[in-house]
Order: sequence, then structure tokens, then C-alpha cells
Amino acid sequence: MFGLLVAQNIAFYVIAALIVFGALRVVTCKNLVHAALWLVLVLAGVAGQYILLAAEFVAVTQVLVYLGAIVVLFLFGIMLTRAKTGHDLELDNPTPAKVGAGVIGVLLLGVMGYALWDAWRGQELGDIVVQRTAEVSDSLFSTYLLPFEVISVLLLAALIGAIVLARRD
Amino acid sequence: MLGGDPLLSGDIDLAVVLIVLLKVVVVFALLLVATMFMIWWERKIIGDLQNRIGPNTAGPFGLFQTFADGVKFFFKEDLLPDRAQRRVFILAPLLTVVPAFLLFCIVPFGGDFANGANGTVELFGHETYLQLADPPVGILFALAMSSVAVYGVMLAGWSSGSKYPLLGSVRASAQMVSYEAALGLSVCAVVLTTGTLSTHGMVVHQAGDGWGSFIPNWNLLAAGIVPFVVFLIASQAELNRPPFDLVEAEQELVGGYHTEYSSIRFALFFVAEFMNSVTMGAIIVTLFLGGPAGPAPWGPGWLWGVGWFLLKLLVFLFVFVWIRGTLPRVRYDQLMDLGWKVLIPISLGWLLVLATFHVARDQHWNGVVVALVGAAIGLTFFGLLRFAIATSKARRLEGVVD
Amino acid sequence: MLVNQFLFLGAVLFCIGVYGVLARRNAVLVLMSIELVLNAVNINLVAFGAMWHATDPANLSGQVFALFVIAVAAAEVGVGLALVLMIYRNRQSIDLDEVDLLKG
Repeated sequence: MFGLLVAQNIAFYVIAALIVFGALRVVTCKNLVHAALWLVLVLAGVAGQYILLAAEFVAVTQVLVYLGAIVVLFLFGIMLTRAKTGHDLELDNPTPAKVGAGVIGVLLLGVMGYALWDAWRGQELGDIVVQRTAEVSDSLFSTYLLPFEVISVLLLAALIGAIVLARRD
Repeated sequence: MLGGDPLLSGDIDLAVVLIVLLKVVVVFALLLVATMFMIWWERKIIGDLQNRIGPNTAGPFGLFQTFADGVKFFFKEDLLPDRAQRRVFILAPLLTVVPAFLLFCIVPFGGDFANGANGTVELFGHETYLQLADPPVGILFALAMSSVAVYGVMLAGWSSGSKYPLLGSVRASAQMVSYEAALGLSVCAVVLTTGTLSTHGMVVHQAGDGWGSFIPNWNLLAAGIVPFVVFLIASQAELNRPPFDLVEAEQELVGGYHTEYSSIRFALFFVAEFMNSVTMGAIIVTLFLGGPAGPAPWGPGWLWGVGWFLLKLLVFLFVFVWIRGTLPRVRYDQLMDLGWKVLIPISLGWLLVLATFHVARDQHWNGVVVALVGAAIGLTFFGLLRFAIATSKARRLEGVVD
Repeated sequence: MLVNQFLFLGAVLFCIGVYGVLARRNAVLVLMSIELVLNAVNINLVAFGAMWHATDPANLSGQVFALFVIAVAAAEVGVGLALVLMIYRNRQSIDLDEVDLLKG
């Protein structure tokens, strides 16, 4: 089992590096479409981490919903508003604001990192058992039935709201 | 997590790795050959349908025509438009081809399913399935890959830096995203009938006899004919094939999202398109027609499985070409109306009907009452939908909303 | 594997997302940064879910909540982009600093 654990760790760190690099590019790059593409990399990496955690249904939902729908919607939004192919200099706030944001981000990371290190130091994940889709759906449609129904109403409301907002009249 | 394949359930030694690699190579080669065949097949049949001869010079019956075209594409000049976004422009064809390959991984293309066998074959002392991978979420993986394929189209159009490709790609991605919903809902009906997401599980479920022990137990009948029809139509739209090929609509868009592409990059788009046709045919066969399942009267059972699979696939490839040769291209508003106002409501309604019947069977409700109540509710909602569509159309015509 | 590996990854992603929300001016980019934040939360949920699942196989809350978050994210992006489109139609710009009609 030792070999498997090493392989999992290597996979984790490679994917994590990709995620962090992609996320940094999302928030810094100078072209809207490129930002969306880096976001695709981040989301795909997150799906990879779900597979490492044996959460196969969430992983495939991540690909279906995020990559297949949400980022495509972003690209639509970009192309319908402004689809410059070159650099765009008006994407960021002025430099002082950016510095402030960076300071806030780093401080937040420090606080969260310390809290996590303090609370979960050395805690093992244990033997990761595959969480079957059938079990997830059983849980979804019994214990969490009410939230599920609420979510469906929310989605319907969002659907109607988006149509009403976006239609030209 | 590695799937239901018995190959991966035991110790993983060198032989297992080699078998997996062998399967990868075989599937890759099979798909490439099938794609080349499909291009020839389409041109030949379209030719027949239009009273022409079609390709007939390169090789017997023009079989090597595709090969000749490929060689020609290789030696053409590779143009990179001045205003193109270099890196994305190069990336886009790859983003189209890779999902097309991955999509085929989950298709079971052989194996012995006759007489209650579960489709395993013995390969170098290891039992395995004749499919590259059998993830427990198999069919969802297929849907995910076909939604990832949107990126190739979208980025190709955007990165070309010219207006026709951009228009074509916005159209194409709107169309693909819209029909994905209908596609997913009809797959839901199949999943509800078979109770599994794994493609191998679906084939096992459909093997054996259905009603009267001579009609096959295919989902085509078990899930009702509706999901099959919806899936067939939606898959044509998802593939951007005629009559839904407004993506490339030569008369309006010069050629759609790949207008600016030439040489090998164009060839990649072209190949991916036909590869997706083959794969979509294979997925329809798996979902609705029992995949490689079929009787095996004599000889090795797995070979019969491959034979049945290829036969069923060939029927669908012919149907695809037949549809293309017969129907005129739809208009864009007709396309969207068909997707959102016909296919999605129908497949959603059918899903509810199927679910109702499953619950009724489990709870031993009176079938006639369930059918009557279901029909009444269904008709009510159908009427409401028609009413809503008619009202909005009338208002649009009056000019209240434009 | 340690739980903290995933939690730290989530924290880093969260902070990058927060930076993006604060530093960007373009509405679409702000929405993208919010997606980063939501994904960071989801990593945490699924990691904790896997941890609890290892001790209590009947407990799948982590995954179920991750699915809920994905659904809510889809709704959020739909409405958010509709708003962006509206702003663009009315003002020919999706610069968040210029949406200041309510400023006195």
C-alpha cells in the first residue's frame, strides 16, 4: 500500500501546483478569455483532487457543470460584451488597491493557515473508501431531501430571473 | 475507483499494465480506422443518394481516398492569421480532438454477453472487459467529455480574430450547450431503467431475452422509444451534423468556426467531427441497443460480441448519413425552438412517466389508475406549455416584446 | 494523506479568490474570482467528507454539500452574467467602478 500512498501524494502535489498557478493567472492575467481558460485549468484540477478523494460523482459533476456550463457561460458573457484578443489594461483596480488586496490576501492566508495547522495537525485522512454514486443519491434523497428541493426552487428562480434580466424589451 | 473491470481488482503487476497499454493501442487504432472508414462511407453513401459515384479512384471503391486527403493536408501550407491569438489558435484543434478520443474509452466494443455471461474475456491469464475503461460513472463521463468538446469550437472561433469564425463559434456553442440538456435527460431515462451509470453494467442489463423471449431486452423498448428518438436528434445537433449544421452554414458563415484554419489543423477539426460521429453512434448502440450483447451460436463468444457491435454501429452510421442526405438545414430559431420547447419538455415528461411507473411497480399500485392520472397530469401540463408558447408568440407578433 | 494537505490547498485557493475579488475591476473577472472561492470551499467539504466517510460509511454529507454548492454556483453565475449583460447594454462597459448611479 506504501507505493499507492506515494503515488497519491505525488499526484496531489502536482495537481495542487497546477491549481495554484492557474488560480494566480486567473486573478492576474491581462486578457479576459485567457483568464477563463486558466479558470478551466483550476476547475479541472479541482476535479482531479476529488478523484483523489474517491468522490467520483462530485468530480464528474464538477466537469459537467463547471467546465461544461459555467465557464462556457463566462465565455459567452465575455464574447457578448467585449472580446478583445489583445491585452486589456482596464481589468484591474489601480495599484494601491491591488497592493491592499494582496496584503489582505496574504494576511488571510496566514490566519487560516495557522488555524488549520493548529486544529488538524497530523490528522490522517484514513483509508479513503470509494463513495459510490448510489450511496450519495440515497443520502441526497433521504437525509437532505428538503435542502435538495429548496435548491431546485432556487435554480428555477435563477433561471427565470436570468431570462427576465437578459431579454431585450 | 478504478472501475468494475476485474482486470484491476486483483494485484496490479506488469502483465496488467501491459494489457491496459495494449487495449489503449487497440482502441486508438480502431477509432482511427473507423474514422477513416466513416469519412469514406459518408462520401460514398451521399454520392449514392445524390446519383453520383463518389470517391472511386484511390484504391478499391475509393477506400484510400481519406488517406490521400490526409497526406494532402499534411503537405499544405500551415497558415497562421495575423490577427489570430497564436497560442489559443494552436490549442483549439487539440481541445477538439482529445475529448473525441476520450469519449470512446467507455464504449464496450466486444465480449461475450450471451447466455448470462458477463462479458469478460480471458487475456494472458487475466480476466478483463473489452473496453478501455469502465468507470462507475461511465455515461456521465461521456456527457462530460462531450461538453468539454465545446471549448475547441468556441476558442477556435474566438482566436481566429475574424468575424465569421466568431459568429460561427458563438452559434455552435449555444447550440451544443442547449442540446446537452436534452441529451442528458434522455440518458437519465436509460439510467433509471438500468439502474447503473457504468456502460458495461448497461450492456449486461440489456443482454438476455425480453418480452416473449425473442424480443431483445433493449433499452430502446424498455425505456420506451421516446428517449431513443430524443437522443438521436440531440446527438445530431451535438455533433453539428446536418440538418443542424448551421455552425458551418457555408452560405452565411463562409465555413463557421474553422474558416481561418488550414492544413493539418483543419484536418484535426475534420477528423474530430467524424470521430465524434462514430463515437456517438457507438454510444447510442450501448445505451439503447445492447452494445455487443447478442446471441453467440457457435465459436468464441467475444468475437460474436464484436461482430454484433460493429453491425449495430454500421446501421447507425448509415442512418446518420441518410439523415444528412435527406433533410434540409433548419433555421436558427427553429433549432432553438426544437431544443428548448420540444425535446427538453418531452424528455423531462417521459422521465417523470418512467419514474412514476417504477414507483407504482415497487408500491404495487393499480397500474390503470396510475396510467390515467399520469395521462391527465401530462395532458394538463402539455396544454399549459402549448398555451404559454402560443401566448408568447402572439405577443411577439403584436410587437409587445421584440 | 493528511487532511491538512487539502485544507491548505483550499485556503490558498480561497485567498487567491479573495485577492481577485478585491483587485479586479471587470465584473466578469470578479465573478470568476468568486468561483475560485467556491471551489476552495468545495475542496474542504469533500476532504472532510472523505475523512468522515472513512470512519462512518453512512455519512456522505461532505459530498452532498459540495453538490449543493455546485448547484448554487450555477444559479449565481446565471444571474450574475445576466446582470453583467444588462449593465453592458445600458452603459457599454462592465467596469464595476462606473456602476455608481446610486452614489449621492
